[in-house]
Amino acid sequence: MNAPAPSVPDTVGGAARTLPVRGGVGLKPEHFREILATGPDIGFFEIHAENYMVDGGPFHHYLSRIRERYPLSIHGVGLSIGGESPLDAKHLDRLAMLLARYQPESFSEHLAWASHGDVFLNDLLPVPYHAETLARVCDHVDQVQDRLRRRMLLENPATYVEFAASTMAETGFIAEVVRRTGCGLLLDVSNVYVACVNHHRDPYAYIDSLPADAVGQIHLAGFARDIDAAGDPLLIDSHGAPVAQVVWDLYRHALARVGPVPTLIERDNDIPAFAVLLAEAHQAERSMREAAAPSIVESLSCGICA
Amino acid sequence: MSDQQAFADALLAAGTSCPPGLSTWNGSDPGRRFAIYRNNAIVSLIDALADTCPVTQQLVGEEFFRAMARLFVQENPPRSPMLAFYGEGFAEFIEAFTPAAAVPYLADVARLEMLRVSACHAADATPLAPEDIARLLEDVAALPAARIGLHPSLAVLRSGHAVVSLWAAHQAADAVQALAAVDPAVAEAALVLRAGLEVEISRIPDGAAIFIMHLRQGAALGRAVERALAADPAFDLTATLGLLIRGGAITRMTIPESTTS
Repeated sequence: MNAPAPSVPDTVGGAARTLPVRGGVGLKPEHFREILATGPDIGFFEIHAENYMVDGGPFHHYLSRIRERYPLSIHGVGLSIGGESPLDAKHLDRLAMLLARYQPESFSEHLAWASHGDVFLNDLLPVPYHAETLARVCDHVDQVQDRLRRRMLLENPATYVEFAASTMAETGFIAEVVRRTGCGLLLDVSNVYVACVNHHRDPYAYIDSLPADAVGQIHLAGFARDIDAAGDPLLIDSHGAPVAQVVWDLYRHALARVGPVPTLIERDNDIPAFAVLLAEAHQAERSMREAAAPSIVESLSCGICA
Repeated sequence: MSDQQAFADALLAAGTSCPPGLSTWNGSDPGRRFAIYRNNAIVSLIDALADTCPVTQQLVGEEFFRAMARLFVQENPPRSPMLAFYGEGFAEFIEAFTPAAAVPYLADVARLEMLRVSACHAADATPLAPEDIARLLEDVAALPAARIGLHPSLAVLRSGHAVVSLWAAHQAADAVQALAAVDPAVAEAALVLRAGLEVEISRIPDGAAIFIMHLRQGAALGRAVERALAADPAFDLTATLGLLIRGGAITRMTIPESTTS
């Protein structure tokens, strides 16, 4: 337990509220009615914040009803925490309003940028890793946590290029952001796999070098395969396929290291029937139970020893 | 120029340019890898326009639509992370897009589809109860000064083309057959209104459209009637109010104190 004491409270309004240590899925409008009609056995839902920054209509209608029944994670894609530009104060205000309305158990954003000046590029773009960008990202995370009055989780990126200007490893950069800001980590295991294949690194070592205590949630998603200009494999974080076996394997390694944590199945393209996503969430829960089992045995035997 | 400015510029550029300062583990050309970012950004924005404008896309085919949308995206990237409303200016872009000139109604169909998305996400509001409206309407002498508040989702589009019929034909099971019955050159006005959770698009007479637009701009009832009749002598106030009441479009109605007793 070497995580720093976060200066930002994990909770708002007193009662400790965290996501259950279970599987969840991204909430899609295609599934609104089915979820309300069938009440599936699932740990939580996650939404993209920006999709719900609208005044009224069916999105709020369904989300309000689903949120009454299930824990909720709000995941931002538009804050541009890695941006050179200052954070968009109006966007942060909209986010604060959305969080006040739905009181999610978790809020997360990305180690990436998406806006420059007043242009929004709608992609999670890569950041060079050096002292200057570290200071900027920490400053932005501080601003977010101060404005939202809660601890946020920062997600590791899926990247396709690196920067000649980088002087730090991605994991070292992330660990330092966590240390300086007290934010938590959203460990996207698929992003780890994609980035490590793309940059020829060991994904297991990557996970081992992150601050395990800070991990508050895990994301799992599917990727697409391509090749780079030299013919080497290049993976694309498509969110358009089932979670690959290599990612499930890496997930089990992550669970062994960080312990069971709320795990989301992310699917944003080629959205299948809800039952397909639910089955993947349940598969994540089986992995969590398997990962938890040895430590229970261990603690039992320790209890006997004592 | 900042690093991110160079990155953003290359992302939106039409060619295959690649910003400086990128590296790859195997020394391969970073351009191929950078192209993934360009593709993710541009394709996702084209998809956003296609999601908003499915009928516009059907009218010209996916290939033409996406090529046209790509040019729009590169020239008009979003200014907000809330993509539901991305596409302001798309109809005007289509209007000025020479290759689409053969489909003169295309821009108005895109306008209608944009209004439909705005209506879907507009604020909720409770309609006035029909019996309350009926009671207010009884004070005939005071009516010309009455102000009518309309549902936030309500919008009107007056087009020189058969926008509603074209849109409706694409909702039909057999769109080809339904389209064959539409004369695109007939001027039509559309009422866009969310009833509950569903947005409805209906054709309304031109006078009704003018009347509703004036109410929307805050005109008193008498003034709106006057303007509607001036443009369309066949304007039917009773039918139009009936349409608005049935659709739950009237959320507020005030009659100035001085004219009520």
